[in-house]
Amino acid sequence: MMTTAQPGGRAASIPLMGHEVEPTMFELSVRGRSAAQLRTTGIAPRSLESMVPLSHLNTEPLVTADLAERDLVGHVTRLTHRQFSVDLGAYPLGSCTMKYNPKFCDAIAADPDLATVHPGAPALMTQGWLELLVTLEERLCAITGMAAATLQPAAGAAGELTGLLLMRAFHHANGEDRRRVIIPDSSHGTNPASVTLGGYEVTTVPSNDRGLVDLDALRSALGPDVAGIMLTNPNTVGLFEEQITEIAAAVHDVGGLLYYDGANLNAIVGVVRPGDMGFDIVHMNLHKTFATPHGGGGPGAGPVAVSSRLAQFLPGPRAQRVADHFEWATPSDSIGRVHGWHGNAMVLARALAYIEVHGAEGLERVAQHAVLNANWLRRRLAATLPAAYDRPCMHECVLTASSLKSAFGVRGLDVAKALMDEGFHAPTVYFPLIVDEALMFEPTETESPQTLEALAVALEGIVARAATDPEGLHAAPQHTPVSRVDEALAARHLIATEDAAVR
Amino acid sequence: MADYLPHTTDEVEAMLGFLGLDSLEDLFAHIPSAVRLASGGTGLPAGRSEPDVAAEFAQFTSSNRAVSNRLVCYAGGGAYDHEVPQVVKSLASRSEFVTAYTPYQPEVAQGVLQALFEYQTLVSRLSGLPIANASLYDGATALVEALNLAAGSTGRSTMVVSSGVHPHWRAVVRTFARGTGHRVVEVPLVDGVTDWTGVDVESAAAVVVAYPNYLGVLEDMEAARARATGLEALFVVAGDPVAAGVLRTAGQWGADVYVGEGQPFGTALSFGGPYLGLFAVATEHVRRLPGRIVGETLDTNGRRSFVTTLRAREQDIRREKATSNVCTNQTLMAVTAAIQLGWLGTDGLRRVATACATGAHALFDALTTVDGVEALVDAPFFREFAIRLARPADEVIAAMADDGILAGLSVSSLTGGIDPSITGDPSTVLLVTVTERRTQRELDAYVDSLRKAVR
Repeated sequence: MMTTAQPGGRAASIPLMGHEVEPTMFELSVRGRSAAQLRTTGIAPRSLESMVPLSHLNTEPLVTADLAERDLVGHVTRLTHRQFSVDLGAYPLGSCTMKYNPKFCDAIAADPDLATVHPGAPALMTQGWLELLVTLEERLCAITGMAAATLQPAAGAAGELTGLLLMRAFHHANGEDRRRVIIPDSSHGTNPASVTLGGYEVTTVPSNDRGLVDLDALRSALGPDVAGIMLTNPNTVGLFEEQITEIAAAVHDVGGLLYYDGANLNAIVGVVRPGDMGFDIVHMNLHKTFATPHGGGGPGAGPVAVSSRLAQFLPGPRAQRVADHFEWATPSDSIGRVHGWHGNAMVLARALAYIEVHGAEGLERVAQHAVLNANWLRRRLAATLPAAYDRPCMHECVLTASSLKSAFGVRGLDVAKALMDEGFHAPTVYFPLIVDEALMFEPTETESPQTLEALAVALEGIVARAATDPEGLHAAPQHTPVSRVDEALAARHLIATEDAAVR
Repeated sequence: MADYLPHTTDEVEAMLGFLGLDSLEDLFAHIPSAVRLASGGTGLPAGRSEPDVAAEFAQFTSSNRAVSNRLVCYAGGGAYDHEVPQVVKSLASRSEFVTAYTPYQPEVAQGVLQALFEYQTLVSRLSGLPIANASLYDGATALVEALNLAAGSTGRSTMVVSSGVHPHWRAVVRTFARGTGHRVVEVPLVDGVTDWTGVDVESAAAVVVAYPNYLGVLEDMEAARARATGLEALFVVAGDPVAAGVLRTAGQWGADVYVGEGQPFGTALSFGGPYLGLFAVATEHVRRLPGRIVGETLDTNGRRSFVTTLRAREQDIRREKATSNVCTNQTLMAVTAAIQLGWLGTDGLRRVATACATGAHALFDALTTVDGVEALVDAPFFREFAIRLARPADEVIAAMADDGILAGLSVSSLTGGIDPSITGDPSTVLLVTVTERRTQRELDAYVDSLRKAVR
């Protein structure tokens, strides 16, 4: 298969000019400099004192940072040169789905006829936006097998909490006050945190030796006080919960609801629908499955879709088609707003553009190739870093550095750090918590076979080095803008602002 | 068919062969067939090329009235039409920021980390509080996090919230209180200012005031602070960060927590999102801070470096005992805000704040001479004000749109009906804001248009 072509996803050629620290904008600041150019309004000047009672005016004027435009551009550009990104190279950070973000979708969202619309403008002036939102809701429902959705939640965790409040409203409407929500021990940390904020208690069920929910343990945890279960499928170990229909039946039998954490929807989009598996509530991370850019840690978007029996509780207002136009409407028993306006609209627009380009077959191929790449990498590395569970994975594979640790004192973190010296982003380390020395790789469908091979070769080299040069791996990375940072020092002596720093 | 997958047919076959599989479908063979979809079973339309999809989107864009296209904006309510210069757009759209993720590996994420450190410094100075986090989703959800912090800090669950807080924010607070069980007491405005006298609680976790409030009015901050002290509650100030360029800071008013909507710093109106939740606290609350925080440290070579810190508060470590469920925040908007503030500089921020106030006062003075228009309240305001019209605000907005003017926000569209912030009928109340982008000629046109519309 392998051609002589070079890998497109290896970022080891970046010409960095030195390893000095970049000054902060405050260190670059010279009082009296200015970059801002504002409109000449022709409005007669007024003094602040004539408009605002003196008691409200700050007598110690705020100083921010004063830079010439050229220096601001230099500073920020140099910061970007100290930052890894998907555009730069492969980013196999498991669970985060760092796939290529099509530029087209950015351009679509940047259209001023979308980007400069005020969210409070009347619906008659924003028909295009409402139609876009309705179209996206229809697409997301088709993809998940659900009846209706809210687009308001700003991220996955916000979607989780919204889903739990929907669960709560559903049970309350049935006159029931259920107390517990079940979560597998492999779940994302946001799940238990959301459960607490949703007013429920967490019951954790263990995974079995195949990395799946232990069905017997689940059955014994179930009872009439269980509001529901939160499941990620494929789960956080990258494995499909094959007994999902049995799980669904067991939870439904006690009157509970099934919540689908859509963090891994990208593995099954167009192949399996949460609704067909028996889920009642689904959140989607549009920044994962539908490739909206992650922004260095947001913005995301976390729409929540529900089956018809929960639609009446959805947050409002929702855009709706009414005859030949679009209106805002709030469901009859809505839990209320979960966002200051209508959700992360520009992210929603990007996601719709991505869905429209791909269509039904394109999305199915996205899932197929994501799973193909992950399984190929898992198999390719079988003799180098074994999988925690030796069976076909979905879109990501969890490998373990457990034997390196016991044999050479080289930990998963060392492997991850050394990989960055080879021109790749690190995998996710130490998650899920149930795997010792976990290294979680999610290659995504947009990396080529040449890039995967180069990644595998780099990992082989690192593992070979563990035997001969463990100290070198402890000291990695060395080619990055900074070497390993002292996280303990940062926590022990908090310096969170320039003003707290002693320079 | 077009897509973004690099694999050739030959490469797919070779990879399947390596796995001992015959087809891509075989990758899913372990999934029970009962739940599998037939190919194309979602019923989605077929994929189309980028130019075809762009044509579809033209239908969405052409039926909007956008501020960029001859619609002069006087609508605010937390979403403001400020100048965003090309230099900020260019820098903030650099793909190293746009296509990175949360800086879990600090050695290759110093760019985002340092930008967030600079952002935290700016938010700290604007709020007058020593510790700012690396952002939250938006102002409304930042307020929810502030209340959760207050509940954790005080062990109490009653939240005393001024109805001068934006109606949508109050709605979001009520929604999340369903889960936390917080009791939310909304305090009415009298003549545009919070009337704390009727608050009938013994103690509270938080007292929340908006500064200026959503009607634009400068609240009596001493009274609000005194009420918080009297109730042994944390004092939470929801502040307009542009006004913070000249007004006394939340910290100077004695706030324990500052929250704000950071959209005015470099983010377009964006139909309401993604925006930026500003969040800062007094030092004693740092261990309860929600979301990420970046701290300064050293690398093994002794070089200044940045890293996300105090991670033991967070959901991926503390799980159900975490201070918040937040994982992703709004980093790109936070980075954008830092760049915009760097562009504005000390004097630029002050000039923008002053120009907004000047324009608003000029328009207010002109409008209150128009028949059928009167000031809603007689109280000092900053950059936004409310007027009562002789006709429903919705009708006036619709009429003025024909003149190319977005006249403001109908208050009843924000409150959804009767609200403790408004005495009497909210449907004839119009909320108007003026930013530094408005000219005298535009203000004159507004006055003429409203004079016709209100008749």
